[in-house]
Amino acid sequence: MITLDAVYVLAGLLFLAIAGFSLVDRTNPKRLKNAAFWGLLAVSFLGGSALGDLGNGILVLALVVLAGFGGGLGRGAGDLPPAEVREASARRWGNRLFIPALAIPVVALLGTLVLKTVKFGDRPLVDPAQVTLISLALGVVVALVMAMAMLRPPMTAPVQQARRLLDTVGWAAVLPQMLAALGAVFALAGVGKVVGQLAGDAIPADSRFFVVMAYTVGMALFTMIMGNGFAAFPVMTAGIGLPLIVTRFGGDPAIMGSLGMLSGFCGTLMTPMAANFNIVPAALLELPDRNGVIKVQVPTGLLLLAVNTVLMYLLVFPR
Amino acid sequence: MLTLSGILIVVAGFVAGLNPLLVVTVAAIVTGLAGGLDVITVISAFGKAFNDSRYVSIVWLVLPVIGLLERTGLKERAQQLIGRIHSATTGRVLLLYLILRQGTAALGLTSLGGHAQMVRPLIAPMAEAAAETRFGTLPDAVRFKIRAHAAAVDNIGVFFGEDIFIAIASVLLIRGFLHQNGIDVEPLQLSVWAIPTAIAALLIHGTRLMLLDRRLQRALGPGAAR
Repeated sequence: MITLDAVYVLAGLLFLAIAGFSLVDRTNPKRLKNAAFWGLLAVSFLGGSALGDLGNGILVLALVVLAGFGGGLGRGAGDLPPAEVREASARRWGNRLFIPALAIPVVALLGTLVLKTVKFGDRPLVDPAQVTLISLALGVVVALVMAMAMLRPPMTAPVQQARRLLDTVGWAAVLPQMLAALGAVFALAGVGKVVGQLAGDAIPADSRFFVVMAYTVGMALFTMIMGNGFAAFPVMTAGIGLPLIVTRFGGDPAIMGSLGMLSGFCGTLMTPMAANFNIVPAALLELPDRNGVIKVQVPTGLLLLAVNTVLMYLLVFPR
Repeated sequence: MLTLSGILIVVAGFVAGLNPLLVVTVAAIVTGLAGGLDVITVISAFGKAFNDSRYVSIVWLVLPVIGLLERTGLKERAQQLIGRIHSATTGRVLLLYLILRQGTAALGLTSLGGHAQMVRPLIAPMAEAAAETRFGTLPDAVRFKIRAHAAAVDNIGVFFGEDIFIAIASVLLIRGFLHQNGIDVEPLQLSVWAIPTAIAALLIHGTRLMLLDRRLQRALGPGAAR
């Protein structure tokens, strides 16, 4: 059975190659640091499960020291042809250039739909729980083969270009993973329980509107702290939603749950803790302001939070 | 109460603009210690959680393909294509992507999108090109604003589309949590109630995108005070 481990090996090999290219990248003043950073990440992907928990912990600390001190990681030159060359190349290839780019999502999608059903004997070909990520990796491989066959670039070009892009993202590339790990530590230490109790104690329980508002705004705020609505939902629903909206005022649990989660998503739009949605794209798009994407999203996030609150107040209680 | 110290560290660290990796690590260690764990246990727990979360970083696998296509002029092609469509404006390009992203997410097709795969190589260059065709070279601040809007549209589309699909992770999580608490609801009941918010998201953000067009016109169009 193909599991996520195969995808981790693929990613590990990519990070290893990027580390190697960084090492010999004389345009990068901090090439040794970059090589060490991506090399350690390669170790994590290739052998993380064999390192043991403490070994992984030390690896993470090493990554943080490399990225967090001495001015962080460096950035090599682009190795990108000048704009005129790229424009001429774009005219030459025309819309065929979109084919490999669109092959990634198309193959990922087909894979998600089809691979789930493929079986060898009575064993599934791919781990059914991880079919989306495995299909994404498959999409990348298919797209890369297509692009190489079509464009015939030097064999090193894909890795060299991946290094260029990863240099622009820098340490932000591991921030989402790090925040996911922080969420796990928060859960272990019982942060959610404390927050849920505080929230449950703090609100005036006799007004329907304030109870609803405490729940939706609480979902958004705790999502902003945790970085995702999935972590906030059980805490806020156990602390406010179920005891007050459902049990005390007889609210509909389906409407509460649905609109509660969507209130959490409003929080996701407004927090740097949701790094994969907000900080990573700012780095990918080379915005000078790390919070540039969040700033654009805040008005929509606040307005939708208000909409969710009013909708829940109008819809959740029995008539 | 001490267990909440990690949250304070995160907030203070992000506000102070310190390196987030550093802030997150310190917050994790302090939270663990405040929760009564010893240093070795905390570092081990953090390491285990980091290792268990590797799937989050799988998205970087797309970089070789995107980089290779960029080298061959993918962004430029996206710009050439938009430059030929005279009715294209930044707001309209982004609104069209918002509708596509939200619509496909509502059908469960959340992998049709993403910042590395779609926004950086295609959507952001198209949105920029639409403005450039009209107004010429853009000031940097405007360029960055348009890019930020391109990233935002991807997020808003997927967040407020996916919950309409009955088998998406968040719907399953809500259902699972309610079930643990002795309440059984059908996934369809949950996804139906995601529709009003989805419509509101499209209307609110769509309006903002049209206003973005007007702002660009006012700031950069003919007669604009420079």
